[in-house]
Amino acid sequence: MVFKRYVEIGRVAYISFGPHAGKLVAIVDVIDQNRALVDGPCSGVRRQAMPFKCMQLTDFVLKFPHSARQKHVRVAWEKENINEKWTGTRWAKKIEAREKKAKMTDFDRYKVMKAKKMRNRIIKHEVKKLQKQSSKKA
Amino acid sequence: MVNLSKHFWYKLLGLYCGQVFEKSSLQVKNFGIWLRYESRSGTHNMYREYRDLTTAGAVTQCYRDMGARHRACAHSIQIMKVEEIAASQCCRPVVKVLRCLYKPRFTTQRPNTFF
Repeated sequence: MVFKRYVEIGRVAYISFGPHAGKLVAIVDVIDQNRALVDGPCSGVRRQAMPFKCMQLTDFVLKFPHSARQKHVRVAWEKENINEKWTGTRWAKKIEAREKKAKMTDFDRYKVMKAKKMRNRIIKHEVKKLQKQSSKKA
Repeated sequence: MVNLSKHFWYKLLGLYCGQVFEKSSLQVKNFGIWLRYESRSGTHNMYREYRDLTTAGAVTQCYRDMGARHRACAHSIQIMKVEEIAASQCCRPVVKVLRCLYKPRFTTQRPNTFF
């Protein structure tokens, strides 16, 4: 119960660094202790050997036999609709938010500041109201 | 990557000397490599197994492995034969475990080192 995601044939992985950073890929076969044969037909990654170190396992597993051809990987990928499922996960959303934050201009930061201020003001107002009510009751 | 020491023998015997291209570089294969190397006290024959996508890759792995485990430099290693072997013919436990990935087989016996 320590590990929930396993390296297996069909496991979809997110590439965290390297030339294909940020893309999703399916494990087609395991070469040895450190490398897997990996293929991402729907994410623009050619079939190649990839070290496990740069892969981060996702929750998705596809069904295809080991060393299946790219065509079968693509069919399985599209059947499971992995691209859509991925963009719906919190993980992908967090990545997107991080990227947006990194691309912010000064004007965006100003807008964020104003929005945060407004939000916090509303929250404080409600909290003060509740505090007043509870102190009245006491 | 060219087989460095095959170079030597091929030049001597006048055989093909050039880059070895792989027929199917997108399939994982098991390679058996027969080699001869000079250690500090003598010269020995060895048989080693590696799992890789290409022959050149397996031979590179072999050179690195020999350097790591036996401190053998490339110039003291002569690769005699590289052969792609079927999964059922693999003897080394490291390679055997991986070929049985799809139906994992674990053993409780110590590995045999004499073949």
